[in-house]
Amino acid sequence: MFNTIAQLMIGIIDLAAAFLLIYGLKRMSSPVTAPSGIFVAGGGMLVAILASFLYIVGIRSDAQAHLPLNVGLAVAALIIGGGAAWWSGKRVAMTSMPQMVALYNGMGGGAAAAIAAMELLGNQAKGISVLSLTLIGALIGSVSLSGSLIAWAKLDGRIKQALRFTGQQVVNGLVMLVTLILGGYIVMMTQMGGTPLLAMPDLIYLFFGLALLFGVLMTLPIGGADMPVVISIYNALTGLAVGLEGFVLQNPALMIAGMVVGAAGLLLTLLMAKAMNRSVGNVIFTNFGAIAKTKPGTIAGELKPVDAGDAGIFMRYASSVIIVPGYGLAVAHGQQKLYEFVKLLQAAGVTVKFAVHPVAGRMPGQMDVLLAEASVPYDMIFQLEDINDEFSHTDAVLVIGANDVVNPAARTDKSSPIFGMPILNVDQAKKVYVVKRGEGRGYAGIVNALFYGENCDMVYGDAQAALIKMIEAVRGLGAAAA
Amino acid sequence: MTFDIGISSFVALYIFMLAGFTGWVVIGRVPAILHTPLMSGSNFVHGIVVVGGLFALLNASTLQEQVIGFFAVLLGAGNAAGGYAVTERMLAMFQPSTTKPKHAVAKHAVKKTTGSKSS
Repeated sequence: MFNTIAQLMIGIIDLAAAFLLIYGLKRMSSPVTAPSGIFVAGGGMLVAILASFLYIVGIRSDAQAHLPLNVGLAVAALIIGGGAAWWSGKRVAMTSMPQMVALYNGMGGGAAAAIAAMELLGNQAKGISVLSLTLIGALIGSVSLSGSLIAWAKLDGRIKQALRFTGQQVVNGLVMLVTLILGGYIVMMTQMGGTPLLAMPDLIYLFFGLALLFGVLMTLPIGGADMPVVISIYNALTGLAVGLEGFVLQNPALMIAGMVVGAAGLLLTLLMAKAMNRSVGNVIFTNFGAIAKTKPGTIAGELKPVDAGDAGIFMRYASSVIIVPGYGLAVAHGQQKLYEFVKLLQAAGVTVKFAVHPVAGRMPGQMDVLLAEASVPYDMIFQLEDINDEFSHTDAVLVIGANDVVNPAARTDKSSPIFGMPILNVDQAKKVYVVKRGEGRGYAGIVNALFYGENCDMVYGDAQAALIKMIEAVRGLGAAAA
Repeated sequence: MTFDIGISSFVALYIFMLAGFTGWVVIGRVPAILHTPLMSGSNFVHGIVVVGGLFALLNASTLQEQVIGFFAVLLGAGNAAGGYAVTERMLAMFQPSTTKPKHAVAKHAVKKTTGSKSS
């Protein structure tokens, strides 16, 4: 009796939760309704978590004796895991956002894999389709866990070098193949031989170990600038794993939420890859950058260093300025100073716009978030296709910490690894200032002809330091005039 | 013991297909400035896995299951709570030029940025 009521209540609440999660996600897809969207989705999540304690009423008979301990463990895990993540999420700097998303995403993948492990080791996954899906979910969840952790370590600067060796693809492929064969063997043994699953926990451990190893191997060779695509893929994969484990647990809320995220993540991944004019497979399986380093610079002209203050003053007397931010701005935490400088220019009557390339930064849209953090209104920020025609009649362009996304070789040089990638047409502006740490090359390892152009001057130094100098110079003008 | 509604393999495929379409369409026409918050938001949504973790942990009957189940809930809760915290922070910052920026958020952010710079 109680059992039926509890089942019914869980069913209704989970249905409502699934609705709220999707509706929340829908609201998040427009800047106007977005803040309320996460609130709606959060409400759905909260009721679903609370309702899951109703499972107590109908648990398996052999778990009855352990119930008090299990409930204690559940509450402790919720408080510790949720509390730690909440605390870190609230206090992390906006510039560290990509690695935090990678980390939380890995946790989700790990949770899905752990659920699969319990079902497998506890011999709950019966029947060929359930068993296969459990294994596939376990594989995807494990890859997402270890891969996301590597992505996190890379974005956080804990792993500096991309690990690459010859025959890497072959090794990765072999690990994947062995994992799949092992999974197939486990299914076959249980189906044909009638071996109870519990008899081969060692094989199941090995399966998880290989899946985790594959995630590590797959992510290690991928370089920093490809991280947007990688995070997006792992986000989609975790969604998929959650959806599959939802089927194993016969929980439609998990199935729906997981698969919605899987599809949404896939779409975001394709958008990212399209913005770089590369296929997703190309991002994952080719060691980008390594190919390009052989090309020496054969570009006429020279780099012309200029003082940051002079650049600032030039822009102060321009009538229109477009600012192109890149990863260097995030590294230098320069977004606040940048908007301060922009406000000075606006006060002097300069029209200022921001141009954001879809793959600038280490996460899709990272620049938009950074500018938003500095309180830049989002209607000042323009995307590539909306602003690209304006560069040719703009007085000055300020490129801060961006490189490959403004490299004209993408338009002209067929042998360039970035050929065909849509870029911001910065080189067509009347005057270009590039703020850069040094003369080093961009992620793609290729010389940027823009920097050698007649119209381009280089401001060397940390983005934040350079912006402070520009602000001081422009302020100095005002003081001198008064 | 699971739900009274048994979901057979074919019904599951229908659910997966429709949910997949839903995800594709919901995200389909999103402006690029929302890509990061949306990725973070969808990251939060799959934190619902914590519910599955709770179900598995409550039904645990061996020490091994209890340990793995504990981690399932721990990680799932981290996914949900962390995903919510960062998404909410990001979305609160998006302002059109007509409205005043939220001072509390801006001040908080400035403090954090300078803090991490000095480290």
